[in-house]
Amino acid sequence: MDLFRIPVGRVIELGLDLITEHLSFATKAFSGITESGIRILVDAMMFFPPWALIAIFSVLAWTLSRKKSVALFTLMGFFLIWNMGLWSPTVSTIALVLIATLIAMIIGLPMGILAALSRGAYRVIMPILDVMQTLPAFVYLIPAIPFFGLGAVGAIFATVIFSMPPAIRLTCLGIKQVPVEMIDAADAFGSTTAQKLFKLQLPMATPTIMAGINQTIMLALSMVVIAAMIGAGGLGGEVWKAIQRLEAGRGFEAGIAIVIVAMVLDRIMQRLGGKKEPV
Amino acid sequence: MKEKIVVKDLYKIFGPRPKHALTMLKSGVSKDELMEKTGHGVGIADVSFHVNEGEILVVMGLSGSGKSTLVRCINRLIEPTAGKIFLEDIEITALTKKELREVRQRRFGMVFQHFALFPHRSALKNVEYGLEIQKVDLAQRREKAMQALEQVGLKGWENSYPSQLSGGMQQRVGLARALALDPDIMLMDEAFSALDPLIRRDMQDELLTLQDKMHKTIIFISHDLDEALKLGDRIVLMMDGMIIQEGTAEEILAHPANEYVQKFVEDVNLSKVLTAETVMKKPGEVASYAYDGPKAALWKMKQAGISSIFVQHKNKLVGIVSADDASEALKKGEMNLKNIINTDITKVLPATPALELFTLLGENSPLAVVDEDDRLKGVIIRGALLAALSEGAQNNGSV
Repeated sequence: MDLFRIPVGRVIELGLDLITEHLSFATKAFSGITESGIRILVDAMMFFPPWALIAIFSVLAWTLSRKKSVALFTLMGFFLIWNMGLWSPTVSTIALVLIATLIAMIIGLPMGILAALSRGAYRVIMPILDVMQTLPAFVYLIPAIPFFGLGAVGAIFATVIFSMPPAIRLTCLGIKQVPVEMIDAADAFGSTTAQKLFKLQLPMATPTIMAGINQTIMLALSMVVIAAMIGAGGLGGEVWKAIQRLEAGRGFEAGIAIVIVAMVLDRIMQRLGGKKEPV
Repeated sequence: MKEKIVVKDLYKIFGPRPKHALTMLKSGVSKDELMEKTGHGVGIADVSFHVNEGEILVVMGLSGSGKSTLVRCINRLIEPTAGKIFLEDIEITALTKKELREVRQRRFGMVFQHFALFPHRSALKNVEYGLEIQKVDLAQRREKAMQALEQVGLKGWENSYPSQLSGGMQQRVGLARALALDPDIMLMDEAFSALDPLIRRDMQDELLTLQDKMHKTIIFISHDLDEALKLGDRIVLMMDGMIIQEGTAEEILAHPANEYVQKFVEDVNLSKVLTAETVMKKPGEVASYAYDGPKAALWKMKQAGISSIFVQHKNKLVGIVSADDASEALKKGEMNLKNIINTDITKVLPATPALELFTLLGENSPLAVVDEDDRLKGVIIRGALLAALSEGAQNNGSV
C-alpha cells in the first residue's frame, strides 16, 4: 500500500522550518514583548504581600460583580490557595491567562468584526477557526518550541491560538444578531459603516462579545495548565510535577487551586456581560 | 399638483444572477418557472407610479406582495435590479454611496413596523440619532429632538428606554426620530401594524393631525384596507410584486380592478351588514315645503351647520334647497321655496348595501335615505360614509 504517501507532515514541517528561519525577527520581537509583559505583571502582583493582594482581588470581585457572594468566595478561595502554599504559581498562572486573553482579544475582536461585515472574510476565517478548535490542543505546543523555545512565551503562543476562536466567533455572532430592521433604520438615516458599527452593532453585541471573552479566559486557563508541559510553570507546573512524582495529594491541591481561579474569573466575567447567573 | 417621487419600470429580483433572471423574465418566462429553474425570486416586477407632493400614498397588499421591498427600493435599502426612481430631479437610482447617504440624511424619514428603536439608547438619544450622525452639535440636536418628542406627545418621557415604553409610545419615538430630521418625505413601513387596534386608530388619527400641519409627502405601507381607506389620499394595490390598481379610496371601492381587489374589498369592509341605514346620519333639521320660506330654511341650515337642506311636504320628501339658492331667493324677496327647490335628488332605501352608495354619491350633494312612503329617514354624505365603512369594518374585525 505504499504507492504514494501524500507528504502532509513534511510540508508542514518545511513550512514551520521556513518560518523559524526567516521570521525569527518577528518571533523574537513577540518573545521580548510577551516576556517583559509577563514579568511586569508578575512582579507587580508579587510586590504585594499575599494577604493584601487577596484583599485587592476580593474588592475587585465585589465592584465588578456587585455581588457579596462572589467577593466572599474570592476571599476564602484565595486564602485556601495561599494556605496550601500555592500562591506564587497561582499568581503566575493568572498573569499568563491575562496576557494570553489580552492578545487573543486584540487579534480576535477585529477578526470577529471583519468576519461579520464581510462575507469573503467570513468564508476564510470560519474554516480556520474550525481547524483551530478541533486540532488537539497539544499539537500547538510542538511548533511553539522551535518558535519561542521552552517556557512561558511558547505557552502563551499556544494558549492564544487555542483560546481565540470563541472571541472571534461570538463577536461575529453578536454583530450578526442585530435585527435587520435596526440595521435598516441606521442605514435609512444615512449612517456610514463606521457609525453603524460603533453606535449600533457593537453596543448591541456587547453581551455576546463578553460571553466570548469569558469563554476565551476559560479556555486560556485550561491551556495554560496543559502548556506546563513545555515549561510554562504556574499551577500547571505543580500538577505536572505531581504527576511525575506520583503525589496524588499535591496534584489535587493544585487542581483545586485551578478550579478556584476559574470560578472567580468566570463569575466576574458573567456579571460583566450583564447576564443573569444560570439557575 | 407637483410630482415628488416618480418610480419607473422598477424591478427587483432576488438571487445570485438577477440581471440574467431579468432578461428571462422579460422574455416571457413566468415567475414560478423562474423560481423553479434558476432559484430567482421576483420581488417587484415592472412597477411604475408617482407620489404627489404633500399627499399620503398608501401602498397596500398582502404579505409577500412586494410592498415592503418596494418602499425599501425607494431609499435603496434594497438595491433595485432595474428601473429608475426620481425624487424631484434627483435620480435616486444613479446616486453614488456618498450622495445617497446625504439624500437619506436630508430628505427621507423612515418609520418601521417593529419600531427598530435602539434598545441601548434612551428615547431622546434615539430621536437624536439622525442628527448625531450628521454631526449636528449637541445643544442644537437636543433641542430639535425635544421638539420632535413634544410633537408626538412624549414630553417627559425623553429619558426612558424603549423597553420601558408601551408599543404605541415606542412607535411615537420612532415617528419622532424620523420627524427630528425634518425630512420632506416619510417612508412608513407598516408603521402601525404591530399595535393593537385601539392604539392603531389613535396613531392613525394623530398622523392625520400631524399631516395637516406638516404637509409631508408620505408613502405608507399597509396590509389593511381600513387603514388605507382612512389614511390614503391615493392607494396603490399590489399583488405578486405588481401594481394591480391605483386610485382614490372611492375608485377602488366602487370599481375594483379585478377579482382579487374585489375580494379584498368585500372581505374587509363589506361585511354586507353595512347598509344605508347603518351609515346614515339622522336628518336633523328638515324644511317644510308648505310653511317654510327661504329665511326659515336658511335659519334651519345655520342651526344644523349644513349647506343644503331636504324639504318635505306632508311627510314626503320632495327635494333639496341649497344655502346659496336660499339666500339668493331671500334677496329677491321670495316667500316660499317653490322656485329654488331642486327635485332631482337621489333616494335610496335603508336596506341598500353601503358599497352601492358610492356609485350613487355625487360630488357635493348628499344622498337621502327614505322609507317606502318616501319619508326621510336619514342623510348620507361622502366623508361620513368612508368613515363609517372603515370603522364598521374594524368593529367587525374585532368581534
